[in-house]
Amino acid sequence: MPVISVSELIKSYPGRKAVNGISFEVLKGETFALLGPNGAGKTTTIEILEGYRLADSGTVRVLGLDPQADRMELKQRTGLVLQTTALEPELTVGETISAFARLYVKPEPAGKILEAVNLAHLTGNRVGNLSGGQKRRLEIALGIIGGPELLFLDEPTTGLDPEARRKIWTLIRRLNEEGCTILLSSHYMDEVKALADRMAIMVDGSIAAEGRPEELQTLHATHATIRFDTFGRPLPGMPAALAGKVRVEHGVAVIDTPDPVPVLHELTSWAIQHKVDLASLSVSRQSLEDIYLKLAGRRAAAPVKEAAE
Amino acid sequence: MTMLFQEALHQLKLFARRPVAMFFVIAMPLMLLLVLTQLFGNERIEGLGLNTAQFYTPALAVFGVVMACYTYLAVSTATARDLGILKRIRGTPMPPWVYICARILAVSVIAFTSLVLVIGTGALVFGVEIIWDRVPAAIIVAIAGALCFAALGMMITALFRSSETVQAATSATIMPLAFISDIFVRPNSETSEWIPVIGNMFPLRHFSVAFQHAFDHAYEGSGFALPDSEGIVFSILPHLGVMALWGIGAAFIAARFFNWDTRAS
Repeated sequence: MPVISVSELIKSYPGRKAVNGISFEVLKGETFALLGPNGAGKTTTIEILEGYRLADSGTVRVLGLDPQADRMELKQRTGLVLQTTALEPELTVGETISAFARLYVKPEPAGKILEAVNLAHLTGNRVGNLSGGQKRRLEIALGIIGGPELLFLDEPTTGLDPEARRKIWTLIRRLNEEGCTILLSSHYMDEVKALADRMAIMVDGSIAAEGRPEELQTLHATHATIRFDTFGRPLPGMPAALAGKVRVEHGVAVIDTPDPVPVLHELTSWAIQHKVDLASLSVSRQSLEDIYLKLAGRRAAAPVKEAAE
Repeated sequence: MTMLFQEALHQLKLFARRPVAMFFVIAMPLMLLLVLTQLFGNERIEGLGLNTAQFYTPALAVFGVVMACYTYLAVSTATARDLGILKRIRGTPMPPWVYICARILAVSVIAFTSLVLVIGTGALVFGVEIIWDRVPAAIIVAIAGALCFAALGMMITALFRSSETVQAATSATIMPLAFISDIFVRPNSETSEWIPVIGNMFPLRHFSVAFQHAFDHAYEGSGFALPDSEGIVFSILPHLGVMALWGIGAAFIAARFFNWDTRAS
């Protein structure tokens, strides 16, 4: 049985459709990511799964239960980190974690959890004096204090500096290794690539692509890119057919092609003939980032409302 | 039940760490008692069988209760909502009613503390006499007033979206009402007749008058008798009735319109 199953989910707000008939499943033990720009419907989807919002139509099951009807049981068995930080600045780190621990039937020991999120040395500090990354780690601690089977992480690293993000990634990976299923939302491809077993790219309330990162690359990478250094020299005697495909960027010749093998053949024949050094030659598939930007950009012409997400 | 008391303690801890709130709820009524008594001199008030401190001690005790149960409850709840804390609480296994009741219980404890401090100061510093057989009636009035104004505070939180507007709404209501409800100003022979009539339409005057009569020898009885035609019997019943009406009405409106998150959509 999947930990989360969503089928034909639709949710509208006055004047716009936030989620437009999406379906996906999250399996036990995996980290599943919803990736998409602001306004894509990620938070709306997560908040329906968390029980905060009602779906207009479609079926949603979390741990086999209904997020509305079985809300109380689900709150014991799931943990969450909301998109925006929500902490009492007057409390200390230790007081904050104890205040949440007492709400759960079988809480994890507070010391162990603070150790896990690397905040144990700040137990006596006021929350108001923590850095953004420390606050976020504390919120993750609050999300896992109840020993959840499933953890919702809504944009856990948005707005943080690179080092703080890395620390949170390490933490999320460890939680997942310990058996916690994770539903993550993000608008960073690097984050999703680093953490997720599978992802769904959401654009304008729909899923534009779904699968493991490698699958998405194989499926959606339509181009390969060939690069080599020109050392600032012109390219002598290049056949017109090939020269027409080359563009030079900062002294690097770049060829985008859906079919790299014949192009490489042409290129190397020319290089042998004219004794051109191709020591820097590289061939790469379109990156996931490029694929994401292409999918997200396809409808980017339509205005996106940011605040309502 | 344990969860309710633990959460109430938690709310009390938060209050104790908010110096501004402590000032308005605990220090201000005491300061007003000292300042006003100094200003007018602790003499017998013309036309009343009371001296200045005897009037102001119960009046400002009521004001402290209202500052805790109405203003502080409304503003702190709205601030927690602005910070997303109410939404986060909804994502934990704590039942929503436990959280709301814990907040009300906590402000009631704060209100009681403020009230005891004001009356203690009045008694010890200005020799205000406590009429012991009226204490049960006074306690009942204080509890009714606390609950009524807590309901009104939750209603304000429900009807306004941000802590700024909630703060403005509580001040804009309580300050003018305090002037026409025998709290800041002693009634005297020059007071227009319509002032108490308007004051009586709102719950604050009933709260303050019922509580003050428990300290006033011009009235008779322990407070539980029915009111008489001459108005010399101390009766809390009509005042409780008006506070109950306002409180129940406010509780309904609060329950109908309360929102755990007013930031999004």
